[in-house]
Amino acid sequence: MNTPNSTNTYPHAPGFVAGERPRIVTSRFEHADSYTLQRYLATDGYAGLRAALGRPANEVHDEVKSATVLGRGGAGFPAGTKWGLTPQGVFPRYLVVNGDESEPGTYKDRLLMERDPHQLIEGCLIACYAAGLSQCFLYIRGEMALAQERVATALNEAYAAGYVGKNILGSKFSLDIVLHWGAGAYVVGEETALIESLEGNRGMPRLKPPYFPAAIGLYGQPTIVNNVETLANLPWLMRNGAEAYTAIGTKTSPGTRMVAVSGHVKRPGVYEIINGVTTFRDLIFNEEYCGGIRNGNKLKAFVPGGGSAPWFTEDQLDVPFEGPQAGAAGSMLGSGAVMVMDETTDIPAAALTLTRFYAHESCGKCTPCREGGTWLERILSRIVDGKGTDADLAQLVEVGTSICPGDFPHASSKRLGLDAVPFPYKMNTICFVGPSAYAPINSALVLFPEEFAARVTKRTMIPVTAVGAAS
Amino acid sequence: MTTTEPTPEVVVDPNAINLTINGRPVAARKGELIIAAADRSGDYIPRFCYHPRMSSVGMCRQCLVEVEGPRGPMMVVSCMTPVAEGQVVRTETDQVKRAQEGIIELLLANHPLDCPVCDKGGECPLQDQAFSHGPGESRFIEEKRHYEKPIAISDLVLLDRERCILCDRCTRFADEVAGDALIHFTSRGNNTQVQTFPDEPFSSYFSGNTVQICPVGALTAQPYRFKARPWDLEKTESTCTTCSVGCRITLESSRDELLRYQGVDSDPVNHGWLCDKGRFNFESVKSDARLSNPLVRDGASLVETSWSSALSTAASIITSALRSGGATRVAVLGGARGTNEDAHAWAKLADALAIDSVDAQLGDGLPAAVLAYPQATIDDASRASTIILLSPDLKEELPILYLRLRDASEKKRSRILEFASKGSGLTRYAWKSVPHMPGNQAKVVASTLSESVVSAQLAKGSVVVVVGRSNLAESDEYTMAALDAVMAAHPSATVLPVLRRGNVRGALSAGLGRRDAVDILTDAANGEIDCLVLVGSDPIADFPDTDLARRALAAVPNIIAVDTFATASSTKATVLLPAAAFGEKDGSTTNLEGRVTRLARKVTVNGTSRPDWMVALELADILGHDLGVASVAEVHADLVSSNPVFGPATRAALSAHPDGVVLAPLATATSTPVAPPVAEKPGFGHRLVVGRKLYDNGRNVSESPSLAPLAPGSYLHMHSLDLERLGAADGASVKVSGDRTSIVMNVVADDSVQRGTVWAAWAQSGANIGELIDATKWVNDVRVETL
Amino acid sequence: MARLSEENVRLANEIIGRYPRARSAMIPLLHLAQEQDGHVTNEAMTHIGELVGATSAEVYGTASFYEMFKFEPVGKYLINICGTMSCALMGAEELMHHAEHRLGVKLGGTTDDGMFTLERAECQAACTEAPCLQVNYRYRFRVADADFDSLVDDLKAGRLNDEIPAHGTVARVRQHIPVDRGVGAVPPEDVTEAPTWMDGKAAL
Ligand SMILES: Cc1cc2nc3c(=O)[nH]c(=O)nc-3n(C[C@H](O)[C@H](O)[C@H](O)COP(=O)(O)O)c2cc1C
Ligand code: SF4
Ligand code: SF4
Ligand code: SF4
Ligand code: FES
Ligand code: FES
Repeated sequence: MNTPNSTNTYPHAPGFVAGERPRIVTSRFEHADSYTLQRYLATDGYAGLRAALGRPANEVHDEVKSATVLGRGGAGFPAGTKWGLTPQGVFPRYLVVNGDESEPGTYKDRLLMERDPHQLIEGCLIACYAAGLSQCFLYIRGEMALAQERVATALNEAYAAGYVGKNILGSKFSLDIVLHWGAGAYVVGEETALIESLEGNRGMPRLKPPYFPAAIGLYGQPTIVNNVETLANLPWLMRNGAEAYTAIGTKTSPGTRMVAVSGHVKRPGVYEIINGVTTFRDLIFNEEYCGGIRNGNKLKAFVPGGGSAPWFTEDQLDVPFEGPQAGAAGSMLGSGAVMVMDETTDIPAAALTLTRFYAHESCGKCTPCREGGTWLERILSRIVDGKGTDADLAQLVEVGTSICPGDFPHASSKRLGLDAVPFPYKMNTICFVGPSAYAPINSALVLFPEEFAARVTKRTMIPVTAVGAAS
Repeated sequence: MTTTEPTPEVVVDPNAINLTINGRPVAARKGELIIAAADRSGDYIPRFCYHPRMSSVGMCRQCLVEVEGPRGPMMVVSCMTPVAEGQVVRTETDQVKRAQEGIIELLLANHPLDCPVCDKGGECPLQDQAFSHGPGESRFIEEKRHYEKPIAISDLVLLDRERCILCDRCTRFADEVAGDALIHFTSRGNNTQVQTFPDEPFSSYFSGNTVQICPVGALTAQPYRFKARPWDLEKTESTCTTCSVGCRITLESSRDELLRYQGVDSDPVNHGWLCDKGRFNFESVKSDARLSNPLVRDGASLVETSWSSALSTAASIITSALRSGGATRVAVLGGARGTNEDAHAWAKLADALAIDSVDAQLGDGLPAAVLAYPQATIDDASRASTIILLSPDLKEELPILYLRLRDASEKKRSRILEFASKGSGLTRYAWKSVPHMPGNQAKVVASTLSESVVSAQLAKGSVVVVVGRSNLAESDEYTMAALDAVMAAHPSATVLPVLRRGNVRGALSAGLGRRDAVDILTDAANGEIDCLVLVGSDPIADFPDTDLARRALAAVPNIIAVDTFATASSTKATVLLPAAAFGEKDGSTTNLEGRVTRLARKVTVNGTSRPDWMVALELADILGHDLGVASVAEVHADLVSSNPVFGPATRAALSAHPDGVVLAPLATATSTPVAPPVAEKPGFGHRLVVGRKLYDNGRNVSESPSLAPLAPGSYLHMHSLDLERLGAADGASVKVSGDRTSIVMNVVADDSVQRGTVWAAWAQSGANIGELIDATKWVNDVRVETL
Repeated sequence: MARLSEENVRLANEIIGRYPRARSAMIPLLHLAQEQDGHVTNEAMTHIGELVGATSAEVYGTASFYEMFKFEPVGKYLINICGTMSCALMGAEELMHHAEHRLGVKLGGTTDDGMFTLERAECQAACTEAPCLQVNYRYRFRVADADFDSLVDDLKAGRLNDEIPAHGTVARVRQHIPVDRGVGAVPPEDVTEAPTWMDGKAAL
């Protein structure tokens, strides 16, 4: 089966690569009209909803729980368990769908919304039914014009056909799904910032505690925030049952997940891989997937889980897509995004593209991220421009330590004789944006020290301003 | 001794929490934040964004501490983390120090470090913490953020964005405490800044508080800017007497000049906040227009003279008035702007001379009987499940009380049930706001309280009635009748009287409310008063019926005035004595709740001014009455021992309780208001409602250069539909006529005004609405015509 | 220049009606304003504040947080070239240089004829198709210099008018909830009970 020929791409779905593996969420992508209600209904559409409504809500919830549908937004928390965290007897409760996909390297939610919006809508309906959520807000990233149009059209169709709104399929289940859209701010993907944004505010993360959204979320009410892909799994799960779902993948990481592989590979693309089973080596080198590094070059490093994740090198290629294993190796699976760098890559410059991203996307709420992110970016730019000194290298670490105290996680390196520092890190910030500005720098500094040493001049005295003195 | 004493039963308080901070046990309350518990235990944790009177945001990250967790020590922000049983907190470990230094270094990265020219230099938490918790040097060699140097965000406040550390205190205050979200963070990340909307200034009555709570010198107050260095300031605690809320403040001066007032956190009263009028009117104390020497009339003019000659002239005026017609020929108006001791000394003098025509109010308050109802404190009101408003617009008249009640509603402790002729600052927070025509409030109150939803609400818990004079153009009897309607429907309600002038409650309690000013001035106008003593009062400016006041003062042969300024009334005097102002005299004051607090002298008096109490004693002396007291301390002691209402306010009690001692209600029996029913609709034209704005042309404001321009001026407010019917454009000049006269005013559309009524602000420059008020009428109707 | 038009106020009120609290409609309404005028005007922000119950300062505070809202006029076509890692690895910087050269403006600038504004953007969720860009939020993938040139030519010649609306319009399809099908938004304080279907029985 694993022949290059079995790997198909479609002009109507640029980026998507289908293989011969079982597919749960991308099963309709080969159809050019997969986003229409007509095609959806012709391919088991809304059968999962019908199955769910035929059972008491708590049973549906239990089924999702037993399937261990891991959150696909980054943290990998099981959806069924999350729904159970809402406080007893407090209503109304809301569902907020996180379609703000902006993590560098990541895209799957965009494809799911553009190619199969009804599947997402059906997933939302099942979740709300199961967890007693009385209104659903589907928050789509502002820059995704096509996704917004497709979801709007699908919602309009679904309302008209009785799948959404009052007395769905003639049952006692009623639900509004409101399309909401953002306006460009990465940090809004963080769930508490998403809620702030949905309340019409600046998208700044809220402090936790006491703001775990499941307890105190939108309008201060219990709120479930789920990623688009997480919810897109539910129709299949309802049609086929938890047993069929857990038969794919491993016990702790069942099912599939979508992974975007970009950068210096032969066939960059979005693949639906098998959770817990597929390894990075499979993904990057197998013909079934990316088919190796471009131009026959050597792999230098790769980011395994979106721009925030510490980097891996060839030493970690055999790590499978399994959260705890990636964590022990010093990084995380995050949002399902692999960015591959070949031997030609200028490592400090590559790190700068990510640090710049996080510095630019800082919401500005907390001091370490607001001030530290920009400071890191400026120092690193200077180094990349060849104007850095070795004092700058020390300062990078200093600032990084002000953001994340203690040892920052990184991968092991046979080449350098280094052991891994496992994930996660400690942090002085409210959310992960601050640490993410430092993550690529730390990876680059630890795994490729020679690229920095070659870049900077010998220590020069840095000017010191006494605090409180006139300048 | 072997007697077995019964061991007291150990009561386990479910809210008590025990933790250790830096190894020492600390007792705390459930829900308390670590940073607050540490403050009490003396383990100060540095902070920038945390403020105990606002919600925590955890932005600056300066308050990180170490808490022992299941997996070893964790860093937590102490301003967001509540205490927990058995919690082990460390605030001084190397990790903590490293984190604090890191934050300081990051904050300084973009800070201009212009401490030597910064108003905050010397009292700046950033500067202080940079020394005590910072690395001592900055390695930030990048170019700093640059913004245009201070921009005026309001008439009173300037913002230097380069100094701002984005702690969210000012913006949080504006939104959360003041309810005026006119400053806000804009942009994002490293470009975040505090801004107003283009061309919409931060015109909040509370803007000065942001200057006080800004942890750096980013916000500065126009009236204080560059006036002094903090280390030159001497400070004394006192109480603001600009209005009767009685906020605690510090008076700060340098070289005998008042330079700044700062709010002090008094838990029962102001929570640290001040209104801008109270904060910035220290300028009026320094005004060049202050009287500095006694003046005696010489024909058309007043000429300076010595105190001894002025006092003996005054005494002889009184003597001859008493001789010619007895004590009824002498009247005293005023005393509400002074201290309790001033009021007591004047009350004693009036007693000695058997004068009964004495009133501390000027027909603009309520009968003193309102102080005899079961009383409530501000705290009682802010915890009541229902607050009933029969009051003027508290935002305009008693701003900090407005904040307290707004908070009660915002935090869902209380529901506000408002009865008003015109929408107020609290209307948008009210559970129900029930409009009434002037004169009809008792009926409206009775019928509203009989509605089942309303009575169910009242039954939920305590009910406090906030009662004051909401309309100067109607009889005060209507308010009293409405109050009685509430008490009849809900007898367990308590009353918070909101008489407005600084020490009006003290003056009334001291015995300066013997006869209604309306009657006194009517007598005067009828030629029945020979000598009128004005103690810090200006009837022409303050009595609602301007015409009556003018006629009264013209008809009195001799007026003795004790005042800080030459006013419309005091310039009519035969003898005008310069009075010591607030900040220039010691004593005590009584706020609207009956809370007595101490006042402090901070600067020497202007010229030869003397405190009111001293003037009373000296006059008594010349008139041959020994009042038995010779100093302010003796006056106070005499007040406490001779007046049972003031019994609890002993000197010792006031020293022990800086937040004050609350007096008992007056013993006066509740009067039965005579309030004849009035027609639902005005007989002709519109029914007149006259209220106040915070900034008016009173001396406090007009002699404070920073505040004077903020007074809005005189306008007639009319509902837009009435305006349309009238056929006048918004802003047009109209003729407004009462029975006696007409005035020309500009009319503005204002939908908070009820249809069928018009509203105007008292004491604004421009047309004087007082010309249209007839104090002998129950209500006043006016005709509005286009020109 | 303008407050929201009558038609847009109608739309705005329809949008507001979908949320339990009006303020939630803030961002959609700001988009509506930008669609109307090409950028967000002060008058529109004040108007939106009135519609959702916020001060103008709050509206501006929210609006200025987000990248997509422009407070000054921009070109008819806003070209955002992605410069984040995957695109950078595949030549985004070179593409930006080329674009600057071709349009004769620096990043952040607008051409004199008001046709184009060029910006560096962050990851556009199309990383496998690098380098990529968006024109008024419509994608172009794997953009070579020549592709960029023909894109500019096509835009100038109006050949893409059908696909790419002028700056301000993002989605051209709006959600519409039919009155008879919608459940309706209820303020959270008015709901205290579990939804009817949470009664332990199947809904169908
Ligand atoms: C800075 C930051 C950005 C994030 N961005 C996204 C995002 O774009 N999409 C997403 O689904 N989750 C994102 N997350 C994760 C969400 O906070 C949240 O965990 C997720 O939406 C939950 O959904 P799930 O449980 O279905 O994964 C982000 C988290 C952080 C800290
Ligand atoms: S870490 Fe950065 S993005 Fe997150 S809350 Fe702090 S400032 Fe905002
Ligand atoms: S101006 Fe002052 S109070 Fe306001 S955010 Fe800046 S530092 Fe804080
Ligand atoms: S509310 Fe009254 S007492 Fe308080 S500061 Fe203002 S004027 Fe002074
Ligand atoms: S004081 Fe706690 S984070 Fe600022
Ligand atoms: S990095 Fe350019 S689209 Fe993701």
